[in-house]
Amino acid sequence: MNFDFSEDQKFLRSEARKFLEAQCTSQHVREVLDDEARSHHEGVWNKIVEMGWLGTAIPEEHGGLGLGMLELCVIAEEMGRTLAPVPFSSSVYLFAEALKLAGSDAQKSTLLAKVASGEVIGCLALSEGPGEPDPAKLSVTFDGATLSGTKLPVTDGDIATHAVVLAKEGTGASLVLVDLGQDSVTRQPVKTLEPTRSHAEIRFDGAKAERLGNAGDGARLLEEVLDRAAVLFAFEQLGGASRAQEMATDYAKERHAFGRPIGGNQAIKHKLAEMYVKNEVARSNCYYGAWAVSTDAAELPEAAAAARIASSEAFWFASKENIQTHGGMGFTWEVDCHLFYRRAKLLAVQIGSPKHWKEKLVRALEMKNAA
Amino acid sequence: MDFNDTPEEAEFRAEARAFLEKHLEPKTSSGVRRERGEDFLRRAKDWQALKADNKFAQITWPKEWGGRGGTAMQNVIWGQEEAKFDAPTGPFAIGLGMCIPTVIAFGSDEHKQRYVKKALRGEEIWCQLFSEPAAGSDVAGVKTRAVKDGDEWVINGQKVWTSGAHYSDYGILLTRTDPKAPKHKGLTMFIVDMKQAGVEARPIHQASGGREFNEVYFSDVRIPDSDRLGEVGQGWKVAIVTLMNERLAVGGSPGPDWSEIMDYAREAGTLSDSDFRQTLADWYIAAQGYKLTKFRTQTALSRGETPGPENSIGKIITANQLQDICNSAIEMQGHYGLMTDEERMPADGLFQQSFMWAPGLRIAGGTDEILKNIIAERVLELPQDVRVDKDVPFDELKQG
Ligand SMILES: Cc1cc2nc3c(=O)[nH]c(=O)nc-3n(C[C@H](O)[C@H](O)[C@H](O)COP(=O)(O)OP(=O)(O)OC[C@H]3O[C@@H](n4cnc5c(N)ncnc54)[C@H](O)[C@@H]3O)c2cc1C
Repeated sequence: MNFDFSEDQKFLRSEARKFLEAQCTSQHVREVLDDEARSHHEGVWNKIVEMGWLGTAIPEEHGGLGLGMLELCVIAEEMGRTLAPVPFSSSVYLFAEALKLAGSDAQKSTLLAKVASGEVIGCLALSEGPGEPDPAKLSVTFDGATLSGTKLPVTDGDIATHAVVLAKEGTGASLVLVDLGQDSVTRQPVKTLEPTRSHAEIRFDGAKAERLGNAGDGARLLEEVLDRAAVLFAFEQLGGASRAQEMATDYAKERHAFGRPIGGNQAIKHKLAEMYVKNEVARSNCYYGAWAVSTDAAELPEAAAAARIASSEAFWFASKENIQTHGGMGFTWEVDCHLFYRRAKLLAVQIGSPKHWKEKLVRALEMKNAA
Repeated sequence: MDFNDTPEEAEFRAEARAFLEKHLEPKTSSGVRRERGEDFLRRAKDWQALKADNKFAQITWPKEWGGRGGTAMQNVIWGQEEAKFDAPTGPFAIGLGMCIPTVIAFGSDEHKQRYVKKALRGEEIWCQLFSEPAAGSDVAGVKTRAVKDGDEWVINGQKVWTSGAHYSDYGILLTRTDPKAPKHKGLTMFIVDMKQAGVEARPIHQASGGREFNEVYFSDVRIPDSDRLGEVGQGWKVAIVTLMNERLAVGGSPGPDWSEIMDYAREAGTLSDSDFRQTLADWYIAAQGYKLTKFRTQTALSRGETPGPENSIGKIITANQLQDICNSAIEMQGHYGLMTDEERMPADGLFQQSFMWAPGLRIAGGTDEILKNIIAERVLELPQDVRVDKDVPFDELKQG
């Protein structure tokens, strides 16, 4: 047994951290935050494109680096730490993974290389209204050639060039691939709790589209795509949670009240110890998810769900208690605490809320138990 | 990352399993036998001797002390395999996990020759005599006095909560030799023969009903100076070694886990309850978190790195979870769940028994609060609590 990343992967981690700490500071994040017109940070994005990270887990034959999911997990954690304001997760964890999993040879060879080079930015369009999208009750429909209806909100929907859409087809649901540059696609940016990541409403009025995978296979394929993406999202969340914990711990050592550092008081110490425990639980579950996704293990459904839930809860706890530890300062626009709080919420609901994943986890455990 | 055994690990696992299959019955339930009667002790001693003779006791100890000289990973594999069988383990955990490593670190060659192998074979049982009525979390506050008299020390005082003292042969004893020195500086550690005159162990009636830990009284007990561990006044340094070994040894909290309450819920027809399912997911994630964090520690160990105080997270997670699971199961059983009558108790009393043990697990080996302090101070490097007793002569301190 060897339950750790390899030396090469750890080297990649430290290189990624150095790069992002220099090229993606909170100043960069704030440039997007404070400018409503900006959907992402082009400068940071272009540098990430140059690094080749978009193609980390895309095979070399499709223009990627041909590394693996473990390497992508390492990068995801670092992106999470710096709250990178770029469409990386949409294009890489969701769009490229959907193509890799369900795309035809033609679809893969047309698009994957362009995702790797940044020429194509992909996104995944699921949500249509409050609650988790239900494949049995979709309003967006696909008739075999064209797509109609509205998806809201779609993360990175305003800057993406392409989308994978969950749509109703006949009596079932299919995954559908659509070019967003057509006249029959209308996009409207929408404001959200997390302005450093852009969101849009996308309306399809008979837009030309093609199936990804077989007709009626959408729900099953989506589950598989999301199991894989969940591990990557979990690493981003873990990165954010770790950084929030560090911020809170550092502040608790510096800030003095009643003649001593606030971190000398047990109410603060124990809160930070709990944060540490939650983050370690998340880290261990994430590593297991990384192992499962990189080996296509049969345990992937429960490993992905566990990583996803543990990280969602760790990031939520760390981000809210980081504000609390900072007191009034934590509640100001200028201090970064709220950036983590906002990002924690986006990442927790974007591909299914913790409640939804917990139910999935228990279903997976039941299946395993029955087998 | 790789969860598969290497060929050498697979070979060791097969060897371990064959040995276990030959001598033991597979486990049928995780119901833990807490109370230890004479029969159990006999069986446990026999099993320990058999393990030692076949080099399966203390896998990582060097061969010269009767260990296997094996790797950290072999130790993990052994633990995984032994847990699948109905093995009578337990009475030796404190001795082999904490006391003997302290003897090996600080004892003389004669001590090691005399004690280590006998402990390994289960011929002699050891206990840890640290806690006192006024010194638990603050264990450096012990008052039991050791006074030098020629080549001997005379011991007077009282220990408390000493697990297994009533059946132990030896103990490691933390005493105060200099009450004028500050708390941590006037301590000295000894090996003590528990069967000699003047040592009296009185089992304490536990909240759980059993009698496993003891008050131990020392009345003019004489210990030769040669049975001192470490220097006079350096007892705290010795105690730290014992406590570090304790951190490695404790962590898991044996008892029903998420899978057992899930099985129970299925039988009871409550597995479809959505609140229950949500909580079940939380338990699974915490249990995995604990198990997988241990794997990370073991990977570090197998590379020759030393695991740090991070291990303190284990018991916080598992003891609280055990208490929670038992509580939920009993509430699921409703009024019926109160019954502990052998004939009538639901699910063989699996949850009821651990329900009454769990509070003790949250206290023994460092309370939840002390473990959080350790994480905060040693891992996160936050300031220490205010210590009003620092540099104050021990005999001027308030206690109670
Ligand atoms: C089942 C069991 C077996 C045991 N076996 C042994 C044994 O074999 N040998 C042995 O030597 N001891 C043994 N112990 C004793 C155990 O180590 C102590 O009970 C434990 O360290 C707590 O000490 P205490 O009971 O004096 O509680 P106290 O120290 O009085 O604590 C009371 C409460 O105050 C809290 N508290 C104390 N100090 C602080 C602080 N600085 N900050 C915040 N909160 C604080 C504690 O967390 C606890 O909630 C055993 C205990 C149990 C329950």
